[in-house]
Amino acid sequence: MNFGFTEEQTMLGDSLARTLERGTDASALFELGAGAALMTEEAGGFGGTGADILMVFRTLGRAGAVTPLLDSVVLGAGILSAAGESDLAEAAASGEARVAVALDEPGQRYEGTVATTAAAGKLTGEKSVIHGAEDATHLIVRATDGLYLVEAGAEGLSLRGYALMDGGRAAEVTLKDVPARRLGDADLLDRPLAAAILALCADALGVMEKAVDLTTDYLKTRKQFGRPIGSFQAIQHRMADLLTEVEQARSAVWNLAGHLDSADRDRHVAATKSLVGRIARLVAEETIQLHGGIGMTEEYELAPMARRLLAADARFGDSDHHLERFIAASAA
Amino acid sequence: MDMSFSPEDQAFRAEVRQFLKDRLPQRLSEKVRLFQELTKAEIEEWHAVLNEKGWLAGNWPRDFGGAGWTAIQRHIFEEESALAHAPRILPFGIAMLGPVLQKFGSKEQQDRFLPRILDGQDWWCQGYSEPGSGSDLASVKTTAVRDGDHYVVNGQKTWTTLGQHANWIFCLVRTDPTAKAQEGISFLLVDLTAPGITVRPIVLLDGNPEVNEVFFDDVRVPAENLVGEENKGWTYAKYLLTHERTNIAGVGFATAGLAALKRIARGQMSGGKPLSQNPLFAAQVARVEIDLMAMATTNLRLLAQAAAGQAPGAESSMLKLKGTQIRQAINDLTRRAVGPWALAFPSEALEGANDDLPPGPPEAAGATRAYLNNRKLSIYGGSNEIQRGIIAKSLLGL
Repeated sequence: MNFGFTEEQTMLGDSLARTLERGTDASALFELGAGAALMTEEAGGFGGTGADILMVFRTLGRAGAVTPLLDSVVLGAGILSAAGESDLAEAAASGEARVAVALDEPGQRYEGTVATTAAAGKLTGEKSVIHGAEDATHLIVRATDGLYLVEAGAEGLSLRGYALMDGGRAAEVTLKDVPARRLGDADLLDRPLAAAILALCADALGVMEKAVDLTTDYLKTRKQFGRPIGSFQAIQHRMADLLTEVEQARSAVWNLAGHLDSADRDRHVAATKSLVGRIARLVAEETIQLHGGIGMTEEYELAPMARRLLAADARFGDSDHHLERFIAASAA
Repeated sequence: MDMSFSPEDQAFRAEVRQFLKDRLPQRLSEKVRLFQELTKAEIEEWHAVLNEKGWLAGNWPRDFGGAGWTAIQRHIFEEESALAHAPRILPFGIAMLGPVLQKFGSKEQQDRFLPRILDGQDWWCQGYSEPGSGSDLASVKTTAVRDGDHYVVNGQKTWTTLGQHANWIFCLVRTDPTAKAQEGISFLLVDLTAPGITVRPIVLLDGNPEVNEVFFDDVRVPAENLVGEENKGWTYAKYLLTHERTNIAGVGFATAGLAALKRIARGQMSGGKPLSQNPLFAAQVARVEIDLMAMATTNLRLLAQAAAGQAPGAESSMLKLKGTQIRQAINDLTRRAVGPWALAFPSEALEGANDDLPPGPPEAAGATRAYLNNRKLSIYGGSNEIQRGIIAKSLLGL
């Protein structure tokens, strides 16, 4: 039994962290091999295991970096690779191509219900909250009968972009008789989507760790009534509970990383996403409260962390959604 | 990263499972499964079976007659034992006193006491808490005054678990009343059959006299029963507490309890369907199961760190906190799963109680007892508030 990382994984995490200290530059991350580290050797990469994904995204979360790695590589290149589109998959993993994945539709919450149709190789439908769609060179679109590849700028494709609370961007996507190429059945999604959920949870773990560190420092320095507020038992116990919950989140992320390619993957996806979503919200709320007024301000560095944690719960199914899925997976 | 057990550990698990299948009497496992109290003879019976196999003291080195298991092996044994509803091994001699004597006891004490723990001749109990010393253990007031080659002990211990069955008690006593709290304490072994000792049971709210008060009135204890040096008892007590914490997460108990909860919920009807399919109830069970999956991994991560020689820090306090929260949540759901059947309370403490034919499923009566009894989990072994203090201090450095 081994819960640690390989030397290569540790080195990648370290160099990634150092690069991110100089700011988030997507091309620098791709140059470093962050994309290839997320792809298996069969898919032209040098990693792609649960541990690789955990290492990369926890580091990104700690740095607060907004990158295309989750959508374009883990999800996009992952699906393309599974569909046998190795050239485009490698282009996405190296940053030459950008892929957005359009699964959800307006008003369907997290149910995955799809109404977009494919007729004579042309797609018609609406897709909602599609991350990275504006920057994409290619879109992977889920239709009723499977997955399709659409090129950016294709005729009949229109986007309405907007900012997201985690610092990224998404778009509402409308398709009217858009020319598309079929990639295969929807089950191509299974592993890439599980890997993307792991990536999102590992990212959230990194944010939680950072938010807890920031809060701990603040509790030691902020003085009221002549002493650090961290010396008050009401604060200490609240912080101890929070740390204990973050430890739970850490183990949940490890569980999914360790079971990403096991037979009971679905059960672990549901368990981890449900737990991490719940604790991400808790960390956002508690770290704001423990800071007091300063935690409410946009200027203070906690603000983007708190929003990123809320975003982690709201994407790919929230904690309630995955609790239901866990019950279903456990009954099966 | 590889989350699977090694082939050796998997083989060990299979061996433990087979042993439990062959040697655990159903008479005992059935009582454990139904949350019924075991008699002294039944506990001793299971100890004897384990001792015959050489598995009673998994944590002891082989030189002292233990099994010399790794932390992972001990975890596997505890988990399999809980899942098979085996009686729990009494911690007082095996988990608490044994390691202290092995580390700090004299050769004579080791030769005299350790074999008697294994073969069941001695039943030890713990003399730590006093009426005025709970979480603040260093404030003990029971005194031991040297008189020739004896100590004369006066005072009172309390919450002494299963002391009614014991013939020996290890005590923290004050030998230097002028020293600072932690520095005047000694670790003394006392024969419970000595003149001047009174053991009085305390009935708890589950109706069971699980704990006792122990009174010492001019009890003469041979000086050879002092462990280590006089006034160094606090060091030994702390060492004991770290050993007490090896199974602090209680993963095995929680896993077995969750399995029982699910089985009961499948058998109870709610709105024409099994309770297990009631969305509100199923969500509560699922949530505690998800918490347990994460906590079990925290436990294994710490075991792996311990195996690599890293001493656990505040993490074991997190395990105590989360582990007891999970077990209490499972106890609560189990009690509520049987609905109105949980009202029947077959207890000797209540007049007119009928222990012969409680209504409802066989687990119903025990479910309430287990819930009430396990309120102790967040109180003993350093209350959960003490654990929160440890976590915050080790983290915040205050």
